[in-house]
Amino acid sequence: METANSTNYLNSHTGSRWTSGFMSWITSTDHKRIGVMYGLTMFSFFFLAVLIGFIIKLQKFYPAASGWEIIPVEWYGSFFTLHSVIMIFLFIVPGAPAVLGNFFLPLQIGAKDVAFPRVNLLSYWLYLFGAIMAVVGILLGGADTGWTFTPPYSVTTRTISMFGTQFDSVSWMLTAAFILGWGTILTGINFIITIHRMRTKGMGYFKMPLFSWSIYAASWIQVLATPVVGISLLMIVLERMMPVGFFDPNKGGDPILFQHLFWIYSHPAVYVMILPSMGLVSEIIPTNSQKPIFGYKSIAIASCSIAGVGYLIWAHHMFASGMSDVASIIFSFLTFFVAIPTAIKVFNWIATLYKASIALTPPMLFALGFVFNFSIGGLTGMFLGSLSTDIHLHDTDFIVAHFHYTMFGGAAFGIIGGIFHYFPKMFGKMYSHKLANATFGFMFTGFNALFIPMFILGFYGMPRRYHTYPDIPLFTNLQQASTIGSWILVVGVILMFITWIHGLLKGKKSRQENPWNSSTLEWQTASPPTLYNFEEDPVVTRHPYDYDAFRAEVKAGTSKGARDE
Amino acid sequence: MSEQAVTVEAFHHHDEDGTRLGFWLFLFTELLLFGAFFIVYGVYRSAHLNDFKIAAESLNTGIGTTNTIILLASSLTMVLSLNAIKAGRVKLAKSMLLITMALGTTFLIIKGFEWNAKFAHHLFLQTSAAIAEGKGSPLLTPGPEMLPDGQVLFYGLYFIMTGTHALHIIIGAVWMGIVYFWIAKGSINPDNAGVLERCGLYWHLVDVIWIFLFPLYYLVA
Repeated sequence: METANSTNYLNSHTGSRWTSGFMSWITSTDHKRIGVMYGLTMFSFFFLAVLIGFIIKLQKFYPAASGWEIIPVEWYGSFFTLHSVIMIFLFIVPGAPAVLGNFFLPLQIGAKDVAFPRVNLLSYWLYLFGAIMAVVGILLGGADTGWTFTPPYSVTTRTISMFGTQFDSVSWMLTAAFILGWGTILTGINFIITIHRMRTKGMGYFKMPLFSWSIYAASWIQVLATPVVGISLLMIVLERMMPVGFFDPNKGGDPILFQHLFWIYSHPAVYVMILPSMGLVSEIIPTNSQKPIFGYKSIAIASCSIAGVGYLIWAHHMFASGMSDVASIIFSFLTFFVAIPTAIKVFNWIATLYKASIALTPPMLFALGFVFNFSIGGLTGMFLGSLSTDIHLHDTDFIVAHFHYTMFGGAAFGIIGGIFHYFPKMFGKMYSHKLANATFGFMFTGFNALFIPMFILGFYGMPRRYHTYPDIPLFTNLQQASTIGSWILVVGVILMFITWIHGLLKGKKSRQENPWNSSTLEWQTASPPTLYNFEEDPVVTRHPYDYDAFRAEVKAGTSKGARDE
Repeated sequence: MSEQAVTVEAFHHHDEDGTRLGFWLFLFTELLLFGAFFIVYGVYRSAHLNDFKIAAESLNTGIGTTNTIILLASSLTMVLSLNAIKAGRVKLAKSMLLITMALGTTFLIIKGFEWNAKFAHHLFLQTSAAIAEGKGSPLLTPGPEMLPDGQVLFYGLYFIMTGTHALHIIIGAVWMGIVYFWIAKGSINPDNAGVLERCGLYWHLVDVIWIFLFPLYYLVA
């Protein structure tokens, strides 16, 4: 047994000697253990939500006239609400920052832990508590508001639980979202302070790996936007309990005001979902191209400007809500600006591939899939940001497809690719590349087969959130193609879990530190990392993606590269 | 591989500046939280200007002013407590902290009387279930006596915003109690007064929010 690797974060901990097993995880302040716990919890919820999405698509297989009814009509709203609330609040918002950010941010900047380890654990508990509250609330009560909770419907809807009792599930979910919000705020503060105060010697701001930069930008959004939505959601709870009509036009309130307060948070929040995945792609592509990333500084600055511009464009969600025309024109105009830093990133990734010796490893496949899907998602976003087309496409399947292209094809592909990238570092084992490649094949094919038809459906006027559709050949054919796509996608998701579980149980033990021969700092520690990440505090002397210098260091024996086993 | 607790010393990271920076960020999120309330207040004030003016006249400016003075004084004693502990005068720091707590409590008591007076005039919020049983306020619930929409919104916002503020005062007072206990125990001492400082920052934030609540509800009538 190698002595250097005999104690790592998986088999030893620093807590009380009386805690062991489960207790030593749930009470651990180690950022690596917290990251792994987040991962387990989040992907369990992810799987649940995927299954619900599968049922929703199954419902659309036959048109209305056939009498096909997998889900009773009155439950359809609860199903898509359950799907969206879990996917957004429990999976994709905390997603990359909470799992991979927690695990790799300190490693990338050479820190021993995050700035406030106990607060970090508190964030996880808040997340777990809020998540359980949301799922229990919606399972028992069947809230049907969608994840946007738009009043006055969210104030007036009263759903009955499946046991026939009155259960205020909307209020439960709103309160849960408030609690989850505090979890993300605390995580955001933690990461910002970690980056400002705990970089190791020589790690200047422009020597940080790009994943850390994207986490930094996303953390600022979390801190600055979440409190506003938190209090607006609580006002809905109060309005449901009491007769004050904050957002009820019959009582002097203004429902559009709620939409403003909601989207002031929720639009920047989509950048919380996407930025860390962009950061992961910026790690995977140079590693598998074995050359410096093109335009390092412009990607780092683009992350921050996406976060900045993202604040000024929230009302493009509200073009059809009755907002003033002047406001609509201004917000539409501003919306186009966010495409600029986003496009800079996409071009930089592609430029990095130019004349590189590309290794098509599983994480690289997901990263390339990300670039493809996200480009479609981003460009269709421009359609929706233009006033005239938005009026036509608003509230159709087109917007559902757009959102999934950015959030599933983009953000989730980035997270999954990131986990494939970092799996050997996290667990010291290598998964089966064959299984992983098959996972990508099924997910990529299924995903595109599922959502491309929805663009066309939406364009021809299929409204979102409808449980059925008229029997027109165009609709029926496209809906069935889309549903078949969802089957392929679900196979891909199940294969993904099989790959991971198989990798954990039967994967080839690989103690090598740097299997992908990556030049960034997190690959220099042991696999799995030791308790405090590095045996001694590392000193950074070069640019994170300087592959020439990195290869020279490997030759000289001062850095660890990939070894043949 | 069996699980083992490693005897290496747990990672202790003392970074006073970093903690202070993090706490300022937290205070900023609190400001944003109240900021959303202030936006709602601003929008409805401009939409129902007359109703807001009429309703605001029912609030007692004298009580509001007293409470403002009390809260400002408590901020002063908080700073004196921090200065005292930094100068090594632990006893003085403890008594100043006690005075701050007492002033906070006084604020809450006065606020309680004020709310009670409103209740006596049939101005109170009630849950929909209770209203269905006829226990609602006739002035704020649908019925022949109900006030105009703008006034109902005014009182709704008044109770909820001052209520959230009062909740922050309670949290601050409880925290001060804990800090007092830690000073007595010696874990907060002249060399390590960071917690007292952060408690003070929090208290000032609560004070600042009141400085905005006071004119919006009491003075602009």
